[in-house]
Amino acid sequence: MNAPVRTANPKNFISGATGDWEVVIGMEIHAQVASESKLFSGASTAFGGEPNDHVSMVDAAMPGMLPVINEECVRQAVRTGLGLNAEIHKRSVFARKNYFYPDLPQGYQISQYDQPIVGEGIVTVEVGPDNKGQFEEISIGVERLHLEQDAGKSLHDQHPTMSYVDLNRSGVALMEIVSKPDLRSSEEARAYLTKVRTILRYLGTSDADMDKGNLRADINVSVRRPGEPLGTRCEIKNVNSIRFAGQAIEYEARRQIAVLEDGGSISQETRLFDPSRGETRSMRSKEEAHDYRYFPDPDLLPLEFDDAYVEALKADLPELPDEKRQRFQSDFGLSAYDANVLVSDREIAHFFEALARGRDGKQAANWIINDLLGALNKAGKPIEASPVSAHQLGELLDLQKEGVISGKIAKDVFEIVFTEGGSPREIVETRGLKQVTDTGAIEKVVDEIIAANPDKVEQAKSKPTMIGWFVGQVMKASGGKAAPQAVNDLLKAKLGIE
Amino acid sequence: MSVDIQTVKRVAHLARVRVTDDEAKSFQSEINAILGFVDQLNEVDVSGVETMTSVLPMAMRKRADAITDGAKAEAVVANAPATEDNFFLVPKVVE
Repeated sequence: MNAPVRTANPKNFISGATGDWEVVIGMEIHAQVASESKLFSGASTAFGGEPNDHVSMVDAAMPGMLPVINEECVRQAVRTGLGLNAEIHKRSVFARKNYFYPDLPQGYQISQYDQPIVGEGIVTVEVGPDNKGQFEEISIGVERLHLEQDAGKSLHDQHPTMSYVDLNRSGVALMEIVSKPDLRSSEEARAYLTKVRTILRYLGTSDADMDKGNLRADINVSVRRPGEPLGTRCEIKNVNSIRFAGQAIEYEARRQIAVLEDGGSISQETRLFDPSRGETRSMRSKEEAHDYRYFPDPDLLPLEFDDAYVEALKADLPELPDEKRQRFQSDFGLSAYDANVLVSDREIAHFFEALARGRDGKQAANWIINDLLGALNKAGKPIEASPVSAHQLGELLDLQKEGVISGKIAKDVFEIVFTEGGSPREIVETRGLKQVTDTGAIEKVVDEIIAANPDKVEQAKSKPTMIGWFVGQVMKASGGKAAPQAVNDLLKAKLGIE
Repeated sequence: MSVDIQTVKRVAHLARVRVTDDEAKSFQSEINAILGFVDQLNEVDVSGVETMTSVLPMAMRKRADAITDGAKAEAVVANAPATEDNFFLVPKVVE
């Protein structure tokens, strides 16, 4: 199940003062498991809440409290492993990772060490689009996925000498998804993070909401001369947006190159990304904390399940983005670009399927990508909150297909529905936007325009492209409602243009 | 296997246990005596024997995913030396 070793691509090289460098990136993604209650206690996982309100005595690590595993978290971890095309371990072991911090009341995090629930897998990532609209497909190896507890939260700005600790997050289940060091640019890293987030959302195993801290990444970055062995890496902790991930990698790679080109060496360390300054800085205090002294947690038995359990979960998986993309391309004749955009978000894909059912897929895709997503983006709304439903947009497409309205009017009606709501069919009816296909009526307008512009008529005889100007005038005079084909035909005949 | 005095001090530090130099010396000999005892286990050939992580011949019990606990912030912080609005207060720790 080993991912193919990436071959060095000069396109990704960073040029330093003394030649080219290749950046090598691996990522540990922490995703909060979608569950009602915590990994080892019955307290709520809901975001927010009053301080220490979602806390059981287990989460607060009171003496004598024992952890009992949440079966839903196990199920979600296995489903995620399947979605990452990974090997599922029917037997895994929880271990204690020991360190001291005020938001970790146990003095250890229950995690998995040498026997994780999920082993090696592969994620297919589409990098791009480039300026030609093309995506590059790369395969990124997954090293493992394991289950572990989240820690609590410390607030440092409430008091001059004290930190405030809230354990509401303490004990919430996380999946840590560890990639192989297969990424070679900040763009690839962003695309990988985006793809994993999309897969989690399709599976429904994590809401992967980065704003709420439900998806965060630790990013390992090193640089080397192309073809040489791996350099010493630095780990950038807790990056909580895809954009920051890109910025942090760019900064860190250039920082390391500058150090090496000055004759220095990189010391392996943990660093933090500061978004306000766009730079990473050393977290010196954590340096000695790397000796976690893992050992199997004596409070928990090994986690075991059988093949039937895994097979049942596998049979129940939803269609994932890669399959959906292929189906959109083969069933609807979409381009790779269009299919990629549509499957990037499960809700957009659902919208497309509802719209394209019984209609022209290519046209449906164009409307969503060019008009709907643009308008939503401008309004700052996700597709779930779209003011235009698939049903409404479908009615609009039907009106256009039936020849009731022109393409130009369709765009206008879309604007109206987007801002005011309503049925496109009724809007077209009540506002008199129907396309005029009555040749007699169009001919009347055409004759008027020709009569009013004898000079242009003369020009058109030697310059046939002048017809465009006439079409424009007729459309304007008809309020955009004249059927464009009929206008064209009539003008050609009357102006004597072939 | 045996440990030197530096290892004893390092382990004590990682466990946040303060030891004096004299104590470290006596712990070193105690720990080495224990490790010597454990070393005897290496004489047994365990190749092909599965690692035992539990003495109980049973499967781990699992809970259903339901909210059955929480909503007792006051009880959670009741024994804390310092609290405010049901937060734990600890000496400032900031990166």
